[in-house]
Amino acid sequence: MDAVTSAPARIILICSGKGGVGKTTLTANLGIALARLGERTVVLDADFGLRNLDLLLGLENRIVYTAQEVLAETCRLEQALVKHKLEPNLALLPAGNPRMLEWLTPEDMQRIVAMVAERADFVLIDCPAGIEDGFKNAAAAAREAIVITTPEVSAVRDADRVIGLLNTRGVAPVQLVLNRVRPRMMASQEMLGVNDVTDILALPLVGLVVEDEQVIVSTNRGEPLTLNGNGSPAAKAYQNIARRLRGEDIPVEDPSKARRGLRARLMNKIRKTTGLF
Amino acid sequence: MTLFDFIQRLLGRQKPSGTMAKERLQLVLAHDRSDLNPELLEQMRREILEVVQRYVEIDIEEGDVSLETEDRVTALVANLPIKRARPLPALVAAAAAVGMAQAPDPEAQQELALPLACEPAEDPSPADPD
Repeated sequence: MDAVTSAPARIILICSGKGGVGKTTLTANLGIALARLGERTVVLDADFGLRNLDLLLGLENRIVYTAQEVLAETCRLEQALVKHKLEPNLALLPAGNPRMLEWLTPEDMQRIVAMVAERADFVLIDCPAGIEDGFKNAAAAAREAIVITTPEVSAVRDADRVIGLLNTRGVAPVQLVLNRVRPRMMASQEMLGVNDVTDILALPLVGLVVEDEQVIVSTNRGEPLTLNGNGSPAAKAYQNIARRLRGEDIPVEDPSKARRGLRARLMNKIRKTTGLF
Repeated sequence: MTLFDFIQRLLGRQKPSGTMAKERLQLVLAHDRSDLNPELLEQMRREILEVVQRYVEIDIEEGDVSLETEDRVTALVANLPIKRARPLPALVAAAAAVGMAQAPDPEAQQELALPLACEPAEDPSPADPD
């Protein structure tokens, strides 16, 4: 894609308030999925105190410079951007390294994101947990946001706080990803339902990811699920989020309401008991 | 206890936890969003009831002032069953007391306030605070 003719980059903050709900996993998978769709994508790890995006992308050994050196002009932006080996449309930029705490200001963030945005179609900012300075820095340059939460009271409550802060900052649109959905528990009403969460948070749902063991496997390997294009439910969910972000109209299905036929249930039982396919 | 209730209890049936989660969340978020602690809310409730009582007789026990949330908008919802309206003179006095009427002189105010003390309200139909 030509840098001169392309539209301004989409700058999307990925945040949750609560830690451990899947921000970084979403950023990694969404980054790969968007890159696969031909979008020049930069994922920016704004959580430089506890950075992990490099690990999830399998790029932990390739980081030399960070945004801090770029802003200090000790290196060029191209040197700090770590290109993914298997997906050249994707680059990672760590905001800083863990030894240099307390350097990033909202102005720094705006400057580095403006530089990155010149050469990208999508900039995904992986926000640290919490709603303090780390969040404020990460949010400083964001135009839109994805709030990720799980169907649990603590995660939803924290998401609500973050949404309130995003609203006062004028970040829009703010969309929701519901992660770690367990359809069976939802169907028996032993978990907050999809509609419960969207009603409470009053955000449009841009994606729904079911609990999937493959996420753990892919994290272990440092290969996001969307990289291999395997048919795991979470991989499909992440790919769908990427396509919806680009404007494709793909309805979000509530898996707890999916009516499963006798055959599907039977196959599932066989799969569970035999461990085959 | 009806037989039905008994069976329900025997089965140990209660609300599914997902429903409980939603109800608890809605309550805690209404407070989170408004930044009002329960103490302040209680104080506000008392003051609102006081003001309303100047105009109409209400059932204090049944009166309920709470925060409700829908679509990220938090509303203060008051449900105050009205027993009957106060007689007109009392209403004028009440309005004057909060500085909303055309500020009658203190003497007139006292006169107007008298019926409230000695006469029971005669007209239960709603009156307009003019």
